Amino acid sequence: MNDELKELRFSVNGKPYELKVKPKALLLDVLRKELKLTGTRTGCEVSACGACTVNLDGMAVRACSILALQANGREVVTIEGVADGDKLHPIQEAMVAHGAIECGFCTSGMVMSARALLLENPKPTREDIRRAVQGNMCADSGYVKYIEAVEIAAKKMQGGE
Amino acid sequence: MKDFGYAAPKNVGEAISLLTELGGHGKVIAGGQSMLVIMKQNMLAPEFLVDIKGISELDYIKYDKKKGLNIGALTTHRTIERSPVIKETYPVLSEMEDNLAVVQTRNWGTIGGNLCHGDPAGDPTVVFIVLNARLKIRGTAGEREIDIEDFYKDYLEVDLNPGELLVEIQVPPPPPHTGSAHNKLMVMKGDMGIVGAAATITVNPADGTCTGARIALSNVASTPWRSRAAENVLIGKVITGELLAEAGRAASAELEPPADVHGSSAYRKEMAELFVRRTAETALKRAQAQG
Ligand SMILES: Cc1cc2nc3c(=O)[nH]c(=O)nc-3n(C[C@H](O)[C@H](O)[C@H](O)COP(=O)(O)OP(=O)(O)OC[C@H]3O[C@@H](n4cnc5c(N)ncnc54)[C@H](O)[C@@H]3O)c2cc1C
Ligand code: FES
Repeated sequence: MNDELKELRFSVNGKPYELKVKPKALLLDVLRKELKLTGTRTGCEVSACGACTVNLDGMAVRACSILALQANGREVVTIEGVADGDKLHPIQEAMVAHGAIECGFCTSGMVMSARALLLENPKPTREDIRRAVQGNMCADSGYVKYIEAVEIAAKKMQGGE
Repeated sequence: MKDFGYAAPKNVGEAISLLTELGGHGKVIAGGQSMLVIMKQNMLAPEFLVDIKGISELDYIKYDKKKGLNIGALTTHRTIERSPVIKETYPVLSEMEDNLAVVQTRNWGTIGGNLCHGDPAGDPTVVFIVLNARLKIRGTAGEREIDIEDFYKDYLEVDLNPGELLVEIQVPPPPPHTGSAHNKLMVMKGDMGIVGAAATITVNPADGTCTGARIALSNVASTPWRSRAAENVLIGKVITGELLAEAGRAASAELEPPADVHGSSAYRKEMAELFVRRTAETALKRAQAQG
């Protein structure tokens, strides 16, 4: 009975899904392996790096450290669901234009942390941004440009330049 | 990770019946932020997980001027951090949450899970000890309440029987002219404290004497540590800089802290002295600022 599959109904990037998963399946595994949404990165897998960050009911969480079944009935947004079709989200646009992206491994997690921040707090201070991406490690130490890019995106979303 | 059975009961009653039925074979999971890390290492391999994360009846913060603060066990760290009533009435809890982990962990991890994990390095416990908190625990036999200090038995071991759930943390209203503070030694903000300290100080505004003191330390023993020795240095006296230093020395003297990659036992002892002194000083200033 221990590996009995359980029903998981949730929404990912606006689409409803009904899957059968093992209780021990992590949200990260289901997103990457079952749904083939590989933009969410597998980094440390022990809740230390933030590369696996997704938005769950609008909150930033680490997909490597949540049972997939805990997303039952909830809404997940991954990096694949951030842009509007071909039109990049202002956060993505600003990161590209500002040269924030180095190797890119941590980028999806950074975007998801920034997205959750701006959903909750559309006019963040620099300190708010620092705090929001504090859990996203960048091996290239490209933090400053990421933070500036989020600042730029927030201003743009507020209607400024 | 080993396979396990799984159920997500809808309310506390169902969760307790299921846990009771499973006897020692069931294990509670709340946010899983502590558990999954050790399950991945197979240091913990439960046969059956009873998932309580979705039980909304345990997700609340209630405040009453006379009765104090009641926090449901499934309230997330993030909810506590952002709660206006907590910022206003128990700011030390907001101060503690501000340094606890990162936002992703605070968004999903629960306060009850933190306390029940029994990690002596945990931050909330020491703060709740100095706030004189009690825990409400529910099982098939009904409810019981205990002093949070008595909850900790050993490293990662707490006073919970199979079939019991922590349901609520109760914090009494602080006496007038009371200040509290929490601080910890971190390499990066949000790290688990290498050593942490919390203090509550009450002063008599008429003559400035300290009428009450509670001091607790994290990550210096196999359980959270309350330092009565340090408290006794302060109680009944007008607190001076020298007395604060003496309280730090008294706290440190009784410790035999563990050593790990983050610090030797001797280093922890020194840091315990420093953090007790500093934290008690901040608590004192806050008590005095209440006029
Ligand atoms: C990267 C990282 C950094 C962290 N930094 C800090 C830090 O700086 N300071 C700090 O204090 N903590 C820190 N933590 C720990 C974190 O606070 C806890 O992981 C979290 O609060 C645990 O809550 P949870 O709901 O996820 O518990 P779970 O992991 O689900 O459960 C933990 C334990 O409690 C039991 N349990 C849970 N809820 C109940 C209940 N209501 N009744 C009975 N038993 C229950 C479970 O059976 C399990 O044994 C950190 C964790 C991570 C991953
Ligand atoms: S992969 Fe999840 S935090 Fe590193």
